[in-house]
Amino acid sequence: MNLFSRFYYKFRKYWKAIRLYLVIAGPGLVVMVADNDAGGITTYAATGAKYGYNLIWFLLILIPVAYYVQEMTVRLGAVTKRGHAEAIFDGFGAFWGWFSLIDLMIVDWLTLVTEFIGMTAALLIFGVPAWVTVVAVVALMGTIVLHGRYWTWEKIALLFCALNLIYIPGAFMVHPSVPDILKKGLVPNFPGGFNGELFFFLMANIGTTIAPWMLFFQQSAVVDKGMLEKDIPWGKFDTLLGSTVTVVVAIFIVVLTGTVLKGVDIDSASQAAEQLLKTNHYVGTFMAIGLFDAGLLGAICISLASSWAFGEIFGWAHSLNRNIKEAPWFYACYFFTLITAGLVVLIPGAPLVLITLFVQVIAVTLLPAALVFLILLLNDKKRMGEYCNSPGENLIGGFIVVSIVILSTLYGVSVMFPSLFQ
Amino acid sequence: MAFRTLRLIRKIQEINKRYSTPHIEMSRAIRISLMALRIYLVLLVTLIVYKFALILS
Repeated sequence: MNLFSRFYYKFRKYWKAIRLYLVIAGPGLVVMVADNDAGGITTYAATGAKYGYNLIWFLLILIPVAYYVQEMTVRLGAVTKRGHAEAIFDGFGAFWGWFSLIDLMIVDWLTLVTEFIGMTAALLIFGVPAWVTVVAVVALMGTIVLHGRYWTWEKIALLFCALNLIYIPGAFMVHPSVPDILKKGLVPNFPGGFNGELFFFLMANIGTTIAPWMLFFQQSAVVDKGMLEKDIPWGKFDTLLGSTVTVVVAIFIVVLTGTVLKGVDIDSASQAAEQLLKTNHYVGTFMAIGLFDAGLLGAICISLASSWAFGEIFGWAHSLNRNIKEAPWFYACYFFTLITAGLVVLIPGAPLVLITLFVQVIAVTLLPAALVFLILLLNDKKRMGEYCNSPGENLIGGFIVVSIVILSTLYGVSVMFPSLFQ
Repeated sequence: MAFRTLRLIRKIQEINKRYSTPHIEMSRAIRISLMALRIYLVLLVTLIVYKFALILS
């Protein structure tokens, strides 16, 4: 009886903790899974096709990297009740504020175009014309934000996050060699030696894991959700779970393309899906569905990141808990970025490849600034109090930030001048 | 249209006034970080402009 009581007590305790997490879960998980957007899927698919399982160890390193950067936004948002844009304006003045806001707007819009490129390419595989995809996506995203509250939006986003796991059964279906994955993938190695091309792939993987919009999005989402200081441990757990899930999904994509498409040059995820369709219809279909879902999830988060940031600075009502009459500018900004980005994809002969490359270059101008501001704001004892960065956190966070700044800069430069690293 | 533009300009002026003073304590480390960031951005933007000039030419 005593044993039963103890078991029941423990069950109740853990069940209560799980229920509490389910209430708080959201921003961390959504932002991290949305990080596996259309561009991310292309990068992972190309990495697997080029190097097989050999770079899985590198992806595993990205779990703590993503976690340490994103958990700082949880603390900053929960303590200051401000989004990242507003925090920069308040902390560093109007010059740096405008720089960040305008840069964010440009990066987000360009990234949104790439999400539409991914989504239209994915559905084109099933014979859906691009204009139908654009109209359907805009209508769907409009319905998601207009019919409900933050809670509803978040749960729908989590549903799309779950669909991102489609790559896992896809990878199992191609029967990869587990001993090979363990032997080649988990031991750090540089296939073919450390050359310019490998360096480019490593930088591309980092570039897709940490994107500037993620900082702005998660901090604003934490504020919109109404998270308090007491929710920070759960927010951190949510972020850790999210960063683990996103890397696990990335690994399964690498395993999938590393098994079936090893040695094939992959330029886009839709090309990978088409190649996979030739060998296994279901796996190819999964790849295409996953690409569409990734683009949609990315679009859902990115369009909100800009709207939140503008609302914070211009003093407009900027919450998903407000309806369109209460927050007209917030929704106007949301639909403006969404519709214009969608229309670009439909323009015949639009320079889509140039836009895709340009995103990576422009992101490099915003990411270092946003990361440096993040670290500095987390060291503001007056505002952050006991949630200020500890020396240990500064050491880890500082090392990660400096590394990301150097590598993402080199990545941006290598995109502009490809011959530089060959 | 002109009225809206004027209103937007006024709003921007109001934002500039509201955030004219940085609220973070400007220690030596922060000043150095911001200066390094300025230099970094100037170099990067120069590189981007140069690349565009190359593409256009």
